[in-house]
Amino acid sequence: MTQMNMLQAINNALDTAMAADERVLCFGEDVGIFGGVFRATSNLQQKYGKARCFNTPLVEQGIIGFANGLAAQGSVPVAEIQFADYIFPAFDQIVNESAKFRYRSGNLFNVGGLTIRAPYGGGIAGGLYHSQSPEAYFAHTPGLKIVVPRNPHQAKGLLLAAIHDKNPTLFFEPKRLYRASVGDVPDEDYQLPLGEAEVLKEGTDVTVLGWGAQMEVIEHAVEMAEKEGISCEVIDLRTILPWDVETVANSVFKTGRLVVTHEAPLTGGFAGEIAATIQERCFLYLESPIARVTGMDTPFPLVLEKEHLPNHLKVYEAIRSSVEF
Amino acid sequence: MTTTKAKVAYSPVFTDGAEFRIPTFKLLKQDGSLYKGAKAPDISKEKALRIYRAMVTTRILDERMLAAQRQGRLSFYMQCTGEEAAVIGSTAALDDADMIMAQYREQGSLVYRGFTIDEFMNQLFGNELDYGKGRQMPVHYGSAELNYMTISSPLATQIPQATGYAYGQKLRGEGHCTITYFGEGAASEGDFHAALNMAAVHRVPVIFLCRNNGYAISTPAAEQFAADGVAPRAYGYKMDVIRVDGNDILAMHEATKAARSLAVEHNRPVLIEAMSYRLAAHSSSDDPSGYRSKDEEAVWREKDPILRMRLWLESKKWWTEDDEKKLQENMRREVLETMKRAQKRPPPALDTLVSDVYDEVPPALAEQFDKLKAHIRRHPDAYPKSAEHAKGTAKEGGLK
Repeated sequence: MTQMNMLQAINNALDTAMAADERVLCFGEDVGIFGGVFRATSNLQQKYGKARCFNTPLVEQGIIGFANGLAAQGSVPVAEIQFADYIFPAFDQIVNESAKFRYRSGNLFNVGGLTIRAPYGGGIAGGLYHSQSPEAYFAHTPGLKIVVPRNPHQAKGLLLAAIHDKNPTLFFEPKRLYRASVGDVPDEDYQLPLGEAEVLKEGTDVTVLGWGAQMEVIEHAVEMAEKEGISCEVIDLRTILPWDVETVANSVFKTGRLVVTHEAPLTGGFAGEIAATIQERCFLYLESPIARVTGMDTPFPLVLEKEHLPNHLKVYEAIRSSVEF
Repeated sequence: MTTTKAKVAYSPVFTDGAEFRIPTFKLLKQDGSLYKGAKAPDISKEKALRIYRAMVTTRILDERMLAAQRQGRLSFYMQCTGEEAAVIGSTAALDDADMIMAQYREQGSLVYRGFTIDEFMNQLFGNELDYGKGRQMPVHYGSAELNYMTISSPLATQIPQATGYAYGQKLRGEGHCTITYFGEGAASEGDFHAALNMAAVHRVPVIFLCRNNGYAISTPAAEQFAADGVAPRAYGYKMDVIRVDGNDILAMHEATKAARSLAVEHNRPVLIEAMSYRLAAHSSSDDPSGYRSKDEEAVWREKDPILRMRLWLESKKWWTEDDEKKLQENMRREVLETMKRAQKRPPPALDTLVSDVYDEVPPALAEQFDKLKAHIRRHPDAYPKSAEHAKGTAKEGGLK
């Protein structure tokens, strides 16, 4: 075990994967000698050479197109998109190509080795182009996996699982926690399961569900609610696609209430998908409407970021409303 | 810091690059003789006949399948007519282990590499033997065995993928390259520019082959770009480039052979612009009479690449009228017989609807599939192709 922040854990995961398998490559804008603008790829070029860790030209569609071809060839690319806000030029390559490669060829070819890393989310005074959470756009695309870690331990275990997974995987890293979240991380090569939610805390009155940086917000909100005697069950979804319906439904069977929170806007957000599925599964068990606590239906603001974000107070209020319904 | 070493000028001097006119490489005249000063290429009789048979087979396949489409036997088709030399001449210059990442009009490459008429038909009719399991429109072929990446409909997406694939080949060090084909229309997409730039910067063994065939559906080349074709763009990326008469099989072969050696031996990506003409419609859904004249087409019919090669073969005494007759008859018969066989084959099994989305069927999708099968069991007459596959209890799942 070593104390690491999330960036160190991600760097450690990449180092672990590259040391174990020479087919693993890291590339993206400023990823080489500089180690990425957040330093997630620090020292990898020095250690593994320019052929396996390198800067690309500034062209997101090219980075992912290149990565698709490389993965089809049998390499294991880990492509970095500098900010999740800038993943959209690569949307076609991800949605039409990565996601459909195996299906369209009848599994003659696939890009299962592909992992795309991108820092996402607000809380860093990044304004509308350095704060977005685009997971819902990609969650509408069968063939992709979408993973979001909440702390350094999860980041290393889930990233290694994403790199080894046989499907193209988007790995969204909560950049607000890059340095803020510190914890013990095993030194060895380990993987955490994709497609499985984690029940962080058991409770009886209400299920509170989120992912990534929102888990820290949930933790504070739940502390407030529990001081008032409300027993909360807390779940980290971890994998957005395909998501773990069983774990969430089983929790709601028990608690009868569900609060879902994410930073992305409300309309078309992934909380809507969860709410629809859970009411279908758990209709007769529900004691109150499923609540969604999300960012507003606006572009991400700069100065009024705090007002925009679904913080612990908003989540706390939703928990209370749900219990008091 | 910039690495551009420009000359200094003390008055504003603009340039539009018009002084760069790229020459066109040609070897073979339409009458089958070589241009004066052109060096006879080193192609064996055996190889020349393999190329020629592939060209004729492609032409016959295209004619028959367009007719089949018109008869309502298949939903869609795309012909390679007029561009056989550009496609097959270049493919023939590669090692069969080199990867081909094509656009959609390169069935000639597959024919040359030995894709059987059966394999074509299975894809065109989307039957149970289609490697793509009936998921894509006709002409979206793929073959892992023949190193031909399955076609994707979105235009130009394969171009940066070719750069990535070839980079992997370079790292593996087995001396192979990737060729990617596309039209002059696709060269307008951002993917094209991304691919060439990345290939040049990272010295990737990839050949970009632009089939400049004059039209992107109905849009003529003059409305596609203002410059002297696609080739000059390579200058901007500092990439080797050559323009070739795309109807000249010998020139296409020689140029691609030289390009392959630059790519594989020197890690230099190459752009080849093959100047040709799409004699047929863009696809069976297109009608060129709405945007170009018969006179224009007639000029290009005179430059038929297959006839040109046949005259060359005859001049070498490698091909006779009798050989031609036999090949034509045999191939037409084979295409017809194979088509009938393929049409009768059953469609892909129902579970191919949910397989290959992921490496394993996720639980939520398995549940959707069980619901679908239960629904089909309640309405078997409404799903005649799948009712048999939906038998069994919902619990079984039926997933492999």
